[in-house]
Amino acid sequence: MTTTSEPRTYPFGLPDRLNLDPRYARLRAEEPLIRVRLPYGEDAWLATRYQDVRTVLGDPRFSRAAVLDRDEPRTRPEPTSGGILSMDPPEHTRLRKLVAKAFTMRRVEALRPRAQEITDELIDQMIDHGPPADLVEEFALPLPVTVICELLGVPYEDRKDFRRWSDAALSTTALSREQVQEYLDNLHEYMAGLVARRRATPTDDLLGALVRARDEEDRLSEDELVRLGVGLLIAGHETTASQIPNFVYVLLTQPEHWQRLRAEPELVPRAVEELLRYIPLGAAAGFPRYATEDIELGGVLVRAGEPVLAVVASANRDESVFPDADTLDLRREVNPHVGFGHGVHHCLGAPLARMELQVALGSLVRRLRELRLATPEPELRWKTGMLVRGLESFPVSW
Amino acid sequence: MGELRWRVGVDRETCIGSGICAATAPNHFTLDADRSRPLAELVEPDDVVIDAAESCPVEAIAVSDASTGERLAPEE
Repeated sequence: MTTTSEPRTYPFGLPDRLNLDPRYARLRAEEPLIRVRLPYGEDAWLATRYQDVRTVLGDPRFSRAAVLDRDEPRTRPEPTSGGILSMDPPEHTRLRKLVAKAFTMRRVEALRPRAQEITDELIDQMIDHGPPADLVEEFALPLPVTVICELLGVPYEDRKDFRRWSDAALSTTALSREQVQEYLDNLHEYMAGLVARRRATPTDDLLGALVRARDEEDRLSEDELVRLGVGLLIAGHETTASQIPNFVYVLLTQPEHWQRLRAEPELVPRAVEELLRYIPLGAAAGFPRYATEDIELGGVLVRAGEPVLAVVASANRDESVFPDADTLDLRREVNPHVGFGHGVHHCLGAPLARMELQVALGSLVRRLRELRLATPEPELRWKTGMLVRGLESFPVSW
Repeated sequence: MGELRWRVGVDRETCIGSGICAATAPNHFTLDADRSRPLAELVEPDDVVIDAAESCPVEAIAVSDASTGERLAPEE
């Protein structure tokens, strides 16, 4: 062990809105690698600088698969039970390749007109009903849920069920252990049912393609197939549904940015990247990587077998990469943020999320130009006990 | 000699520096200035190069048969 001091308690505290804990800035400057103790699992290193974060996420000498044999440091009681996020190449590559094609920028661009159509309908409905509206329920959730349902081949009318169960995958303390297990079981059973239906009646959606990859080419196991389906359904909407209101919240509470975007809608793609950089979506760092050999990192020798947590939100505020890193700059030109991660686990759905966020934000600034909070800011309710930050509901007016 | 070689190219204008290829096939790709580049333009056939090309979210990697120019990955 190379430790010189007692491990610090991590996460440092409960998330406060979308504010990043100022301790990260001090750590980047003074102690880029510290020992931390999480609520569950063994002690870990915490990496906060941009380059170190990229190394932990992108260097093949760091392993995710190792978590399955270890007491993974984590904020939720349940240990990781497997799935694509706890695999390394080549097993990870085998599964990822099966779905990568469906999420390339080229394939996702073909979905843009449909995403625009869904968005326009949602805004039409909001305008028809008149203000106030809940931006979460009436806009931010239905957009990505509809898109992932159509892409994957999940019936949209089942959303009430799978939406409720999906929270289990992102809960740290919001749900009890029993509830988490029950909901995850429900999701797997539900997905297994959709798979079975495709065996009876083949479909040309992504789930249908995965069923063929299993039955005709034996490229994945039954368990992998069902888990992948569940993973795509959850990841396909939860984060985007949180980020759309997060984006709007930041823009409306720093209204000069909303005004700028309204005046210059061509800035939307760049603004999306900047908001992805600026907003710490995760409540805390998660998904530790284990060093498979001794590796020098942030001036410290990380020993083989030790876990490291990489703080993406801190990397995105590293002044050595992003000048005025704590300032939202919708015109920022050089923006190699790691909001979607880095390395083999770089978000599969990144092109889809980007496209949806661009369509959502672009449409809101064009059509709801006078958008504003419909309740005083301190009364907004933020989710608690979840892996990601987001608003429970977001009453807006226009 | 006539042995089969593959040509590997990265379109650095398209590359977004996701780091997927460099982590999937570290013997074939590296990142510099936040963009990927192949360590060698001509390589012995190795499926992991195809894997990297097919895993790229922006399809910035092209793999072809060096003698015929036939595209091997990504699929059209």
